[in-house]
Parts: sequence; C-alpha cells; structure tokens
Amino acid sequence: MSVVASSPAAGRRPAPRSRLQRFLTSSIGLKLIMAFSGVFLSLFALGHMLGNLQAYQGAEALDAYGALLHKEPALLWGVRLGLLGLVGMHIFAYLALTRRNNTARPKGYRQRKWRESSYASRSMTLTGPLLLAFIVYHILHLTTGTVHPDYEEGAVYHNLVTGLGGVNGLIYIAAMAMLAFHLWHGVWSMMLTLGLPEGRYGSLGRTVATIFTILVTVGFATVPLAVLTGVLHL
Amino acid sequence: MAGHGEEKLLNLTLNVWRQRNRGDAGRFETYKDEARDISTDMSFLEMLDVVNERLIKSGREPIAFDHDCREGICGQCGVVVNGSPHGPRKATTACQLHMRSFQDGDSLTIEPWRASAFPVVKDLMVDRSAFDRIVAAGGYISVRTGNAPEANNIPVPKYDADLSMDAAACIGCGACVAACPNASAMLFVAAKAEHLNLLPQGAPEKDSRVLAMIDQADGEGFGNCTNHGECEAVCPKEISMAFIARLNRDYLKASLKRPRASAAAGGAG
Repeated sequence: MSVVASSPAAGRRPAPRSRLQRFLTSSIGLKLIMAFSGVFLSLFALGHMLGNLQAYQGAEALDAYGALLHKEPALLWGVRLGLLGLVGMHIFAYLALTRRNNTARPKGYRQRKWRESSYASRSMTLTGPLLLAFIVYHILHLTTGTVHPDYEEGAVYHNLVTGLGGVNGLIYIAAMAMLAFHLWHGVWSMMLTLGLPEGRYGSLGRTVATIFTILVTVGFATVPLAVLTGVLHL
Repeated sequence: MAGHGEEKLLNLTLNVWRQRNRGDAGRFETYKDEARDISTDMSFLEMLDVVNERLIKSGREPIAFDHDCREGICGQCGVVVNGSPHGPRKATTACQLHMRSFQDGDSLTIEPWRASAFPVVKDLMVDRSAFDRIVAAGGYISVRTGNAPEANNIPVPKYDADLSMDAAACIGCGACVAACPNASAMLFVAAKAEHLNLLPQGAPEKDSRVLAMIDQADGEGFGNCTNHGECEAVCPKEISMAFIARLNRDYLKASLKRPRASAAAGGAG
C-alpha cells in the first residue's frame, strides 16, 4: 500500500475546479441535485393531489380553486417557472448520471441475478421519460386544452369530467401506476442521498416512501376512476 | 465432516470467460470432462484448481483467477458465478463458497468483475488498482510516526467504534462494483471514508477526505450510485449501504464549507 500511496496516479484525477464546478460534475453532487429537485417535485405532487380532491365537492368548489390559483398571474408564473426549473434540474442530473453509468460497464454479464434491487429501482430510467411524456400530454390536455375535445377556459370541473372519460382516463390511471414505481424508489432514495443512514427494508425511510407513494398515487387515480365509473358527472 | 453427511461427487458444466490479455476480445469456453467428480467438500477455488490440473495435463492453458489467503479475509478472490459476485451464498467470498452449494448436473457461468475501471488482466483476473488509488487519495489519517499512543487517551463512544469497525470490515474485493447495475464503487468509497470519519482520529480530515476520494472514484470511471442495493446484498462482509448515506451527508457538508487553502496538502504540521 505504501508504495502505491506515495505515487497516486494523478493523471486519472480531475483537474482542480471551483467548488460549484466540482459539485455540478461529481457523482454525489449530481445525486444531490436529483434529490433536492425530487423533494420539491414530490411535495408539489402531494399538493396537486390534495387540490384535485376538491372535485368531490362539486363544480363550484373546484372552479373556485382554479380561479384562486389564477388570481395572481405573477405568482402563478413564478411557481410554473420554478417547477420547470426543478424538472430541468432533475433531467440534467439524470442525463449526466446516466451518461457516465452507461460507460462504466462497456461489457455486460452473460448472466445476471438480482438479489436486492427492486423492479422500481431498475425501471427508473424508463418511468422517468414516460412520466415526462405524460406531463407534456397532461399540460396540453388540461392546462392549455390543446388536445382536449371540449375545453372551456376556467371551467375546471367541466374540463375534468369531459376530459377524463374513456381512453384518456385509462391513460391517467396508467400514468399514476408509473408514478407509483417512480416515487416508491425515488422518495426513499432521496432520503438516502440527503444523508439519512438507513437500511434498505424495514426502515423509517422505506415506510415514509411507501405511505407517501400510496397516498399520492391513489389520491390522484381516484379522480379519473370516479369519472370513468360515473361518480363524478356533469 | 460430521453433520454434513457423506462426501458427494458432482458432475458440472462450466462456462468460463477466457481472455488471453487486456487487448484480447475474450470468449466463453465450456468445460465438461474437466469438471467431473467434483467433491462437495471442495471450496469453489479448489474446484477451479482441479479443473486447472486437468487442463494442464491435457496441455492446455489453465484458467487464471485471483486468490491469496483462501480464508475469506484478504479480498483477492472473486468471480461472478451465475450472475452473482462471489456466488449464491450470502456473506461469503468465493474461496469460502463450497461446492455443496451446488447440485449434480449444474451448469455454472463464471465471469470476471465487469467494469471499465476494472480492466480484465487475464481470464477471471481484473486490475483493481483503481481501489488503491481511491484509498491513496484520502483513505488515511495524517499522523506523526512513533510509538503507538496509549489506547484510551482518546475516548471513543462504543457506538461509534462499533460502527467504524463495521465499515472497516471492507476487504476491497470489488464485489460491490461487480454487482452494481451502474458499476459504481460507492459502497467501497463509503466504507473506506466512513470508518475514519466516524473516529476522532479521522474527523479532522473528514472534508478533504470525502471530496478527494469521490473525485478519484469519478476520475477512475466508476458509475454513480442510484441506491439499487445490489452492493450490500453481495458484500462478503455485509457492509450496509447506510454508509453510503453517511458519505452523501459528509460530502454535502464538505461542499457547503469554505475550503481551506492547505486542505488538500495536509501533513505540514
């Protein structure tokens, strides 16, 4: 060891950089960017889900909630741009980490046995891009109305009930199943990345992730389900 | 062998990765006759020894594999057996894996650790000097040499001492890298940084240590940890990925602090 220690291969070591540069390119720095943006995106998902539940209070309550959100355009756009920035950070970290992971094992194994990783953890690179596609569709559908069959500005309840019938409702429910996989690994992983030293199973972080995931995705999924089953109607 | 019943003999089919040198493309070769009558009392490496003797007798090149102590503590051995680093048993190095873990007629696929930072030297041997360079970057404490100080001069809480020992159990075999879907060395780096960070002797250099070791690991071309947990599942010393969380926390703290001018130099007194 002493022989090696006296002459570390400095050539493989990255050149000295500023603290920010180092943080933005290091593996843990990128993970922290992923985790920090994940915290806020998860909290947004929770808030969004709670807001959606007002659909059960009827058209008036939901339309009033919609109007409340649009009351202060500066605030609304601030939040929208903030969310866009968070999604951008999340994608930036994903691209940077994935590019490096793809080159870290140029030749794979002939045989592979998974012992502890979950289907959720291994499908993050699939559920991520699929959720991005869903978010784009969702904004074009219920925010701008571009792909909505009968969109009325400000009539949130009307747009929801006419928009979530049939195939569209099923797309929303399928997307929530994907979100469940993404959140279950993501929320737990986020706590680990932010430094909560936990075992993989039977830990507080895992319990929090499981409860949070069920709460958010089931809460979201009940709305299209209620439209499909006729509980919510015009 | 009391309690284990009679010695049984196994006939196996081995699919072994053969690669002449770093530049060779490599291929799998199948051995059937050479892997007959393998005693269940043999260790996995002894089985490879027997196969090699038979290969040599028939004038062929033996399979190259790393090994040293053969008692599970040196970290030299390690091959991927049927998709699992060190084979199917929990908390067991390849040398401590015994052939009674397998059945007569089994087909075993034996591969080297696969990672761009661990280039194959020959057959099942890989170059793990990237690990040495990570340790050299910060996995040490700067102390003056001389007589060993009185052990109880620096009080260490029992909990911290135990936790540090858990991390220090790392033998640097590289199974964590081999098992990681991203070929990340994070469990190794975490073990080698945290067993020092947890102790008062290692704490003063904590910040420069984690920054330098992560820099080195990134530069060596290891992947990034995405918390799959495959590493802790195959670790022969059962090192928990909770140490990765500690390393993440220490890295965040170190990144937020203002760097000291001489932090990386060290040793100036």
